[in-house]
Amino acid sequence: MPVSSDVTLDPKVPPGPIEDKWATHKFDMKLVAPHNKRRFTVIVVGTGLAGAAAAASLGELGYNVEVFTYNDSPRRAHSIAAQGGINAAKNYKNDGDSVYRLFYDTVKGGDFRAREANVYRLAEVSVDIIDQCVAQGVPFAREYGGLLDNRSFGGAQVSRTFYARGQTGQQLLLGAYQALARQVAAGMCRLHTRRELLDIVLKDGRAVGIVCRDLVSGAITRHSGHAVVLATGGYSNAFYLSTNAMYCNVTAAWRAHRHGALFANPCFTQIHPTCIPASDEFQSKLTLMSESLRNDGRIWVPKDPEDTRPPDEIPETDRDYYLERRYPAFGNLVPRDVASRAAKREVDTGHGVGSLGNGVYLDFGDAISRLGADTIGERYGNLFEMYERITDENPYVVPMRIYPAPHYTMGGLWVDYNLMTTVPGLYAAGEANFSDHGANRLGASALMQGLADGYFILPYTIGDYLAGQLGESTVPTDDPVFAEVETDVSDRVARFVGNGGTQSPDHYHRALGKVLWDSCGMERGREGLEKALAEIPAIRDEFRKNVRVPGTAESLNSSLEKAGRIDDFFGLAELMCRDALLREESCGGHFRVEHQTDEGEALRDDENFAHAAAWEWQGEGTEPVRHTEPLDFEHVQLTQRSYK
Amino acid sequence: MDLTLRIWRQADGDAAGAFAVYAIAGINPDMSFLEMLDILNEQILADGGEPVEFESDCREGICGTCGVVVNGIPHGPEKATATCQLHMRKFHDGDTVTVEPWRATAFPVLRDLVVDRSALDRIVEAGGFITAPTGAAPDANEIPVPKEAAEASMDAAACIGCGACVAACPNGAAQLFTAAKLAHLDLLPQGQAERFRRTEAMVDRMEDYFGSCTNHGECEEVCPKEISIDFIAMMNRDYIRAKFKNLRRLGQRKVG
Ligand SMILES: Cc1cc2nc3c(=O)[nH]c(=O)nc-3n(C[C@H](O)[C@H](O)[C@H](O)COP(=O)(O)OP(=O)(O)OC[C@H]3O[C@@H](n4cnc5c(N)ncnc54)[C@H](O)[C@@H]3O)c2cc1C
Ligand code: FES
Repeated sequence: MPVSSDVTLDPKVPPGPIEDKWATHKFDMKLVAPHNKRRFTVIVVGTGLAGAAAAASLGELGYNVEVFTYNDSPRRAHSIAAQGGINAAKNYKNDGDSVYRLFYDTVKGGDFRAREANVYRLAEVSVDIIDQCVAQGVPFAREYGGLLDNRSFGGAQVSRTFYARGQTGQQLLLGAYQALARQVAAGMCRLHTRRELLDIVLKDGRAVGIVCRDLVSGAITRHSGHAVVLATGGYSNAFYLSTNAMYCNVTAAWRAHRHGALFANPCFTQIHPTCIPASDEFQSKLTLMSESLRNDGRIWVPKDPEDTRPPDEIPETDRDYYLERRYPAFGNLVPRDVASRAAKREVDTGHGVGSLGNGVYLDFGDAISRLGADTIGERYGNLFEMYERITDENPYVVPMRIYPAPHYTMGGLWVDYNLMTTVPGLYAAGEANFSDHGANRLGASALMQGLADGYFILPYTIGDYLAGQLGESTVPTDDPVFAEVETDVSDRVARFVGNGGTQSPDHYHRALGKVLWDSCGMERGREGLEKALAEIPAIRDEFRKNVRVPGTAESLNSSLEKAGRIDDFFGLAELMCRDALLREESCGGHFRVEHQTDEGEALRDDENFAHAAAWEWQGEGTEPVRHTEPLDFEHVQLTQRSYK
Repeated sequence: MDLTLRIWRQADGDAAGAFAVYAIAGINPDMSFLEMLDILNEQILADGGEPVEFESDCREGICGTCGVVVNGIPHGPEKATATCQLHMRKFHDGDTVTVEPWRATAFPVLRDLVVDRSALDRIVEAGGFITAPTGAAPDANEIPVPKEAAEASMDAAACIGCGACVAACPNGAAQLFTAAKLAHLDLLPQGQAERFRRTEAMVDRMEDYFGSCTNHGECEEVCPKEISIDFIAMMNRDYIRAKFKNLRRLGQRKVG
């Protein structure tokens, strides 16, 4: 594997015992004096949990913050849709939880492909997040005594998940949004809504600004800052069908990548086991049913693939509770990647249920007879309602049908311990960075990471970078570096609009999604990946030749927005397949058919792949360069995950 | 199923709009209403036209991005359901369906079915928060919150900010939105310190943008989260108390 010489991947992990690293680092970092903070401008792109928390906290510290989102309000970021909950090592249940245990579980759950020091810090600040959110007025679930309630989530053996009904993401985001609104009112944060970042501006190798499109007027706008934060979310929508919101896309991260920010572990994607199966080819997105359902629901398929009886007529003896059978210790609560693959195996061998044979049953019959319909309704009522609204079937009576769907992306922009990418001054936070989840994320840990990055990490680490720039003004937006990027952006926009063409952007997005799902979805094989690497550029060329973007560039034009986003997904999709191809092992959400145990479980190769792979862009059509950051496991011993 | 669609088309905020009529065939009843519009747009694009602009992001009824008026009702005929969660099985083969943007003075049309709802954010900026600087919070369990209070607060906090309440109101008032936002914070112990200042500031800001409430109750009817108008009563009561309290505070201030 060629390695270019001028990129060094220095994770900048502070020295010292893991428990002290963050505290020591906070002390060692340079500070910006209060009266100097207002001399600095920080650009924050994204108002999800990571972006809104970062913007609010930076504004509060006294920095000038320019905040961008393509949504019409910061409150609508994709984070709003998270249902299940947020983890924190509070040990309020006295069940043996601790910072160390959360750290341990996250490293192990991530199948040993995350950086220990980052994960430890995440676990450490998790407790502050809950304090912060409660102070802001997040109405977390309570016990009768008025104290906070917790539940066990996603197979964790302690109860450390805080939740607000089935709307935890909504409530956490509203908390961060309100904190942001306070800073907007105070004049510290300036909001730019319906404004999409289309490129990043560098000068002398540093990030100095961004170029955006006003999604209403179509105007291309330039913005300058001392540092740029990308909190722009994940890229599951590369698969077309996913549980992500419709607008989620990779453009910001991908443009950063093209300017020299390394992209790490793009093939680490998470397929969530409990989503509602697609009902037809026009399905526009997939709906997640909270993982908490697996606490009481039992997953099964008919033993006989030919069995066409309705579920209530299939007797116990003819049902295969395959998770309970294969994983007696964890049963229906095995981690997401394991549950997803198992479902795929059932559907692939013809055991799928529903009219399209594309689901498995999640059955509450037993739980209802044991606990009563009322208790089940109390726990899952809103989810049952949502399911019924979509499928017209009542889960109190008929078992739910579920199937895995792309949900979360562990890969993302490579960042060091300070959350800085390989481009100085360019930071990535939340799902947009390659994060702390290794090859598999545990349930309720994304919200935790987004808020950790935004509230408690970036506000410190950015100061350290800015302190070195005291006295320097921002690069004026009439500087040639801005003009150059703007020309590029305008040309790209003009090419789409003037393209002629016959097919809609969605047409190509669906085509790309299918290739990616088949080759780089729940299972990846050499042959399929190589085929995809040939097919993806071909579809992209066809897309560029034949996509039709009606209307003009000077107005609200959603076809134009989509075309730009899809164009960037093509590049990313290729990188995902390349990364999957070169990672000759199975770990977490990355399952290579060539690397499995005799029992069909993932087979890691720690000797050769205990590293993060970070890709360096070399121009379109040229193979990117693969760099590696070795991962040392000093605290959590490398073991084969076993849930049997 | 086959349908006739009457859809509001408007090039931009300044243009005059009008209904355009489209025929659409072969709609699967399990499809969502917005997927039906997706198909319509594919059809329009294939015919060389410009697709109908409408907004949606989560398509799960939680982000509040979607929202159109279907046959005269904001979010359409199914109760407690945002447009993105509405399914075609609620319609019949041969129906004519009229689709319009939110209609309210405070929500100018940007294009077709897309409106500008940023006035709602301005209300929140006026005081819809608890001043809790990052890092200054005490341990979360130091502030016990009675379960009932947390639940009531959550009932209000469930608001998705879609603006259907404003669109349904004959006066274009935003009372239900503002009251929900206030109740979310005012029902919690953490929200008490700023309660009356918050109430006065948010209500006053609301009145800068929106019409006034004359108790029609249409808002509650269309709310996809079934937020109760009881919160409006609470807001009104607090507003009057706030006026007195805040005036008193004003009187104690040294003048000159
Ligand atoms: C259905 C669902 C349920 C989930 N449930 C849970 C859960 O229970 N617990 C948990 O921990 N995690 C959960 N997750 C995962 C979690 O919600 C996300 O990982 C997390 O919210 C991501 O937050 P973020 O701040 O990184 O990005 P996002 O919330 O995705 O925000 C991205 C922001 O960036 C902006 N943006 C992006 N690109 C641009 C651009 N080019 N220009 C301008 N703005 C841009 C967007 O407007 C948006 O404001 C769930 C995810 C889904 C899909
Ligand atoms: S699109 Fe999010 S509520 Fe409808």
